[in-house]
Amino acid sequence: MVRIGAFLVGLFFAGWLLISFLVGAAAYVSEPPQPTVEQEFHLNPKHVEFSFDGPFGKYDNRQLQRGFQVFKEVCSACHSLKFVAFRDLEAIGYNEAEVKAIAKQWAIKTPDVDPKTGEASTRDPVPADHFPKPFANNVAAAAANNNAIPPDLSLMTKARHHGSAYVYSLLTGFRDQQGYKNAKGEELLKEFPDAKTPEGLHFNPYFANLNLAMAPPLTAEGQVTYGDGTKPTVDQMAQDVAAFLTWTAEPKLENRRRAGLATLVFLLIATGLAYMSYQNIWADKKKRA
Amino acid sequence: MASVEHTDDTGLTGGEGVRRRDFINIAAVSFAGVGAVAVVLPLVDQMNPSADVLALASTEVDLSAIQPGQAIKTTFRSQPLFVRQLTDKEIAEADKVDMSTLRDPQTLEERTVDGKKQWLITMGVCTHLGCVPLGAGEGENRGEFGGYFCPCHGSSYDTAARIRKGPAPKNLEVPKYSFTSDTAILVG
Amino acid sequence: MSFPWAEHYAPKHPVMQWMDEKLPLPRLVYNAIGAGYPVPRNLNYFWNFGVLAGLALVIQIVTGVIMAMHYGANDLVAFSTVEQTMRDVNAGWLMRYAHANGASFFFIVVYLHIFRGLYFGSYKAPREMVWLLGLVIFLLMMATAFMGYVLPWGQMSYWGAKVITGLFGAIPVVGEPIQTWLLGGFAPGNASLNRFFSLHFLLPFVIAGVIILHIWALHIPGSSNPTGVEVKGPQDTVPFHPYYTAKDGFGVGIFLICFALMLFFAPNFLGHPDNYIEANPLSTPAHIVPEWYFWPFYAILRAFTVDFFFVPAKLLGVLAMFSAILMLFFLPWLDTSPVRSGHYRPVFRKFFYILLIDVLILGYCGGAPAAEPYVMISQVAGAYYFAHFLIILPLISRFEKPLPLPNSITDAVLAKYATADGESAAVPAE
Repeated sequence: MVRIGAFLVGLFFAGWLLISFLVGAAAYVSEPPQPTVEQEFHLNPKHVEFSFDGPFGKYDNRQLQRGFQVFKEVCSACHSLKFVAFRDLEAIGYNEAEVKAIAKQWAIKTPDVDPKTGEASTRDPVPADHFPKPFANNVAAAAANNNAIPPDLSLMTKARHHGSAYVYSLLTGFRDQQGYKNAKGEELLKEFPDAKTPEGLHFNPYFANLNLAMAPPLTAEGQVTYGDGTKPTVDQMAQDVAAFLTWTAEPKLENRRRAGLATLVFLLIATGLAYMSYQNIWADKKKRA
Repeated sequence: MASVEHTDDTGLTGGEGVRRRDFINIAAVSFAGVGAVAVVLPLVDQMNPSADVLALASTEVDLSAIQPGQAIKTTFRSQPLFVRQLTDKEIAEADKVDMSTLRDPQTLEERTVDGKKQWLITMGVCTHLGCVPLGAGEGENRGEFGGYFCPCHGSSYDTAARIRKGPAPKNLEVPKYSFTSDTAILVG
Repeated sequence: MSFPWAEHYAPKHPVMQWMDEKLPLPRLVYNAIGAGYPVPRNLNYFWNFGVLAGLALVIQIVTGVIMAMHYGANDLVAFSTVEQTMRDVNAGWLMRYAHANGASFFFIVVYLHIFRGLYFGSYKAPREMVWLLGLVIFLLMMATAFMGYVLPWGQMSYWGAKVITGLFGAIPVVGEPIQTWLLGGFAPGNASLNRFFSLHFLLPFVIAGVIILHIWALHIPGSSNPTGVEVKGPQDTVPFHPYYTAKDGFGVGIFLICFALMLFFAPNFLGHPDNYIEANPLSTPAHIVPEWYFWPFYAILRAFTVDFFFVPAKLLGVLAMFSAILMLFFLPWLDTSPVRSGHYRPVFRKFFYILLIDVLILGYCGGAPAAEPYVMISQVAGAYYFAHFLIILPLISRFEKPLPLPNSITDAVLAKYATADGESAAVPAE
């Protein structure tokens, strides 16, 4: 009885799936799906090397500090960094006094309540505060940015595939759409005349749908002046800020890898011993007859 | 992991002493034990105050608005902090107390910063069982010694916040603080 | 129950004797996973995964209880409390990554455990109840994992909750009220988050309870073994302790090495980047996928694209997805071959490997975007999946001619050593 019922159920599901397949296949053959402009022209992030690549890579604090400078002078005007606190900057090589000064001089102030009147007010951030947001809320952010809300950057490099390279590629990937060709030599506007970047957006093949609300933020060499003498090319600034945002997304990366190495060494020895112990306990049972 | 922990009946403690075979078993079980202990460390440590809690471990207090005879109640490490400017009369009263009669002998000088004897900064936590004593707010009962009075079990503190009567064993705690200017202190 | 030759618990120390009279817990442990449980001597490494699944549950409960200490089950703060755990709590990143990857490893181990059972016929009489309880555990795990994935309140959490509860919306008439009831609102929100948190905390302990039943049911007939031949005498078994505790100790070591590699060096490999974006009810991610362990079932769900007369394709997909798991409850009565082990079933074995590849293909398609050719591939693979269990297995068990079985476990073991010495043997290699 069970088997008869099962046979009928199986026949139904399997049969209907095969019929669905035939229907789908017929449609696929008669009307093959047209490639979309994203499929043809979206690019995966460029290859870029960072000090933290690989299983034992470490952050380069000087690079992170340069990246922080780019964030401070360029990105922070529009983007928040809400999960990071000023005190966290000590991890990238600033001392307590420097962190305090950075917080105090931060252009955006921390919202507070006036202790006398109870009215909303602002004050200078202190190291314990998280980076204040440039806009009070999403409505304000959208209103000030042509209806696009600049995303928070704290986790950006973990929120995209190959995030560090993605941030770098995006920042250096703005192109003129007019005459843009992909690797196959197809010209975008000839293949997809409807895909012209709308007014107010900016063409960037590294962005998922190719058209980004953000205008190119890093436009000229020397946009920031590095204290350590590194030449601030657009490429350099993009790499540095990508490294900084990798750190903001994964501040415990070095702790994690250090702990991992110690754990693995321990486990390898322990497992080796466990194997020897296992062999030794089974020795008499595995004797040949 | 627990599965390898009972090795007794595999002959670990035979009369002939520990043999090489047994040594391997002992080593394997010991390693498992060390591993288990090492795992416990982060499991325990995660309950300690986190970095954001520790970051709030110091508080700045503005003294400019506190008149002699007044006190404010603020917070330090999520606990009440009493900041009081003593009047000359209160200072005199505190100074004339005989040390030998005190349960927890301390002079007002020892409880304040040099040259700032009028600024009495204490935790607002009764040393008996941790209630918040009355006396910092306007019009509150300050107890028979004119300092603070804990309503829970009737501990009375004097004008230097020293315990004078009731079950509390110690004076109100003076936290670590320093003057950052004439009218501001940094606690913690 | 146990075999008559099982070792008997005889505490020597007076304290243990006293304990044994008042509360014979040590006796229970001794008879369950100690020297008092005789186990076939020929178990291979695939028999390690039961213990490893238990270990994975322990890891999940310990790290989960800790995550709950730092978590705020409120839609306004859930995402940031998880981030704060990662950044500020001492060893918080370790707990979070261990919990997230621990879930994946739990499923890896359980899938291997299930396929072990499928190949070696562990579901057959007299162990049907062990199989049924195992499936209950699997269902509870899926529910727990799904609700746990909602808790960080990222984009995938939110949209996963919306899509999966939306499945119930496919049921005619009562569907939408059920969906609203499940969510406590018209879309995932604070009410959904709180109930998922509550149940996510509860269910692992229910799983632990069913695991006890699973082991209890296993101990009545005793463990199966790779030959599928029943234990005939004392020469066929060894005491669980120290023989299999030692072997499991080694297995645990290998498991922990794999786990540590993932946890410390690629903790986000199995996760989805979109879940690092806070939930946003106004914006759907481009490509919603569940966690990898649901992919085969997700592929079956999406494979139904054509309405069956008045039954909409969506409802068919939901029915098929649930049937894909629920039909496994009938497996002991579908596969009626008296031979258990795939070693001695040449036809069954071929189809088993096809099934294995089929499930991997379904998994791949389930994780891929809902576009061609993946939908067409999952239609064919899904058809095979149902046909395998509901049509092919009953037929094989009827018509297959199995290979000769060894007389006993000991015979098989001895033959294996003979093979190792270069002689021919009737037993295929593992």
